[in-house]
Amino acid sequence: MSEAPGPLRRPDTVGQVFRVFNRMALQGFGGVLAVAQRELVEREGWLSREQFLQTLSLGQVLPGPNLVNMALMIGDRFFGWRGAAAALAGMLCVPLAIVLLLAALYGQFMHLPVVAGALRGMGAVAAGLVIATALKLVGTLRGNVLGWRLGALLALLTLLGIGALRWPMVGVVLGLGTISVILAWRRLRA
Amino acid sequence: MSALFFGPHGLAAGVLLDLFLHFGMLSLLAIGGAITTAPDMQRYVVGERGWIDDLQFTASVAIAQAAPGPNLLFVAVVGWNIAGLTGVAATLFGSLLPSTTLALAATRYNEQRRDSRFVRAFTAGLAPLTLGLLLATGWILTEPIRDHLGAMLLVPLTVVALLKTRLSPVWLVAAGALAGALGLAG
Repeated sequence: MSEAPGPLRRPDTVGQVFRVFNRMALQGFGGVLAVAQRELVEREGWLSREQFLQTLSLGQVLPGPNLVNMALMIGDRFFGWRGAAAALAGMLCVPLAIVLLLAALYGQFMHLPVVAGALRGMGAVAAGLVIATALKLVGTLRGNVLGWRLGALLALLTLLGIGALRWPMVGVVLGLGTISVILAWRRLRA
Repeated sequence: MSALFFGPHGLAAGVLLDLFLHFGMLSLLAIGGAITTAPDMQRYVVGERGWIDDLQFTASVAIAQAAPGPNLLFVAVVGWNIAGLTGVAATLFGSLLPSTTLALAATRYNEQRRDSRFVRAFTAGLAPLTLGLLLATGWILTEPIRDHLGAMLLVPLTVVALLKTRLSPVWLVAAGALAGALGLAG
């Protein structure tokens, strides 16, 4: 985890943006974030660690997949919309081909008991991974301006509305989200 | 051959447009990454439209987690299972176009407002919702395995393994596949 040596560099061509993001995505099993920091900051030296964190947090504020947002912003910084498109394509093209190949294979062999069992096991792990990610976030409620009680209540209401009552997400996020952001806004003034 | 392009149902253009529009709307609501929209995708494509079943939905997420690349690609697998390559185009472009346009516009708008009161209120206010959405996603992914005791036991085991060890998620997915193939997820 050493800093990139010397001053920041920049990619020479749009093609290089594509190749670096492609290499990054192909190393990213179970999420690309950890690889992104190593490749962009330490290996290529395109961003300082501070710039990386700033771009990441902006990518997280915006809706949509965080890493895709980040790839767009970085590509855009160097080559405008062509860089953004190259970063996005690098991130998605080859992984998309791989995942579709797996999906097609699954479609062919899903009737075999071994394959069905393996997919059930993988599905259970998939559920567990998402739940573990959520549990890691519980701690951050303490530092939230809403306070952990209100934060926990809002999280619980979201879980209930989406998970148990199966209400459409648009209503829950716009309704609860608006209330929640207004409450946070008011507390930030104090 | 037509199953390759249009999937098992041979969905009509109007239906593909519905798919594109629904995923496009969810793209703008994806406040904690694409996976937080999984419950509503499942509600729409499994519950409301019945294009695939809950097992295929959960398998789509599991397959994407087993492959390299951003987790977002699970929407492509969902699209593939619904309507072949045209389904992939509908779900992937739907999930990307609105949020990427917004991301680029926001970057250019200005980067220094990052610390403004509104942005901080927005981030703090939505954080608890993200937490609730992730928990709901985990719960909904278990829908096809709830009658399978072995598989349900793998869920808390995975949670503990991820929180207490430094194992990469891909090894956990591989272990889950192996356990299932050996008949332990029955």
